[in-house]
Amino acid sequence: MRDDWEDQLYHLLIKHEVCLLPFVPDAGHAALISKADNGDKIATIVLSTEEEGVALNCGAWLGGKKSVLLMQSSGVGNCINMMSLIANCSFPFVTLVTMRGEFGEFNSWQVPMGQATKDCLEAIGLTTYCVEDPDSLLKTVDAALFSAFASQQRSAVLMSQKLLGRKEW
Amino acid sequence: MLNRRDVVKKIQSALTAHLFISGLGSPSYDLHAAGDNPKNFYLWGAMGGAAMMGLGLAMARPDQKIAVLTGDGEQLMGLGALATIGVAKPQNLAVIVLDNGHFGETGMQQSHTSQGVDLSAVAASCGFAYTCTVKDAAGLADLLHQLQTSSGPLCAVVQVSAAPVPRSLPILDGAELKNRFRRALSLDPL
Repeated sequence: MRDDWEDQLYHLLIKHEVCLLPFVPDAGHAALISKADNGDKIATIVLSTEEEGVALNCGAWLGGKKSVLLMQSSGVGNCINMMSLIANCSFPFVTLVTMRGEFGEFNSWQVPMGQATKDCLEAIGLTTYCVEDPDSLLKTVDAALFSAFASQQRSAVLMSQKLLGRKEW
Repeated sequence: MLNRRDVVKKIQSALTAHLFISGLGSPSYDLHAAGDNPKNFYLWGAMGGAAMMGLGLAMARPDQKIAVLTGDGEQLMGLGALATIGVAKPQNLAVIVLDNGHFGETGMQQSHTSQGVDLSAVAASCGFAYTCTVKDAAGLADLLHQLQTSSGPLCAVVQVSAAPVPRSLPILDGAELKNRFRRALSLDPL
C-alpha cells in the first residue's frame, strides 16, 4: 500500500506538470525523490536548508515552471522569513511536509517544532491541510496544486505520522 | 575602489538579453538606478533568497541567461545556496556579489568579508564553473567578457566602495514585479 500511494503521488505531480522538486530529505519523502530521480519528468534539487526551496519555487514560477518543496516539519521553522516572498508577491506555492513530533514520536527533540509547524505556517500566511491517509493525501495534493497554480494560493500539506508510520529505533 | 553604480550600469549595459534578480538593499537600488526594466526582479526582503530565486529561474528557463546581483551580507546569509548551486550546476546562472564588506542598510557594520571570508573561494570549493574576485576596472572588463562567454555557474565577487550612494527605489509591489516579469517572458500574469 505504501508503494502504491507514493507512486500515485508521483504521477499526480507529473499530471500537474510539476517539473522541479527541491528537497531536504525525510524518510517519508524518500520513495518520491527516488521515483523522480529514476524518471525524466521531474528534476530533484538537494538543498542545504529548506528556505532555499522557498526562493527556488518562486524563481521557477517567474520562469513559468511549477516546483514543489519537500521537507520535514523541523524544516518549516527555517523557512518563515523567506515565506514573506510568497505573501508579498502572491506567488503560487505548495510544500509537502512530512510530520515529526506529532504522533508516535520517539525523539522528543522533534516535538517542539512538530507541534508548532501548523501555527507557524498559518502565521506567515499559508493554508495548511493535515492528511492522515493515502486517499486524503492524493485528493489534498491535487486540490493544493490546482488552487496554487490556477488562483495564486499558497498551502502546505502536512503528512501525518499516521500516514507515514513510526520511525523505528 | 570601484563604484557600485558604475559596476552595475556596465553589467546591465553589457548583458542586454539577461534576466536580472537583485537582492534586498543596495543591489536592488543599484539595478534600478542602472535602468528599470520588466526583466528586473527586485527583492526588498527575503534575505538570502536572491541566488536561489536565480537558480529556480535558471532551471525553469534554460533558454535564458540569468544574472543575480546581490551583496556580501545577503550571500553570507545564503552561504548554503552556493553549495546547492554548485551541485545543481546551472550553466545559465551568474551570481554577482557586490562586496562592500559592510551591512549598508543597517549602520555599516563590518561583514565577514571585511574580516577574511572569501566568498569567491567558497563558490569555487562548491563547484562553480568560474569564479573571480574583481578589484579594478581591468578585472571588471574581464568579468563582462566572462559573463557573455563562459558557461556557468559563475560567481564573481566585485569589491566596491562602501561610500554611500543615493537610494534609487524600485516598485515596492511584489505582485506587480512578478506579473510584469512574467508578462515580459510572454507568460500569463499570475
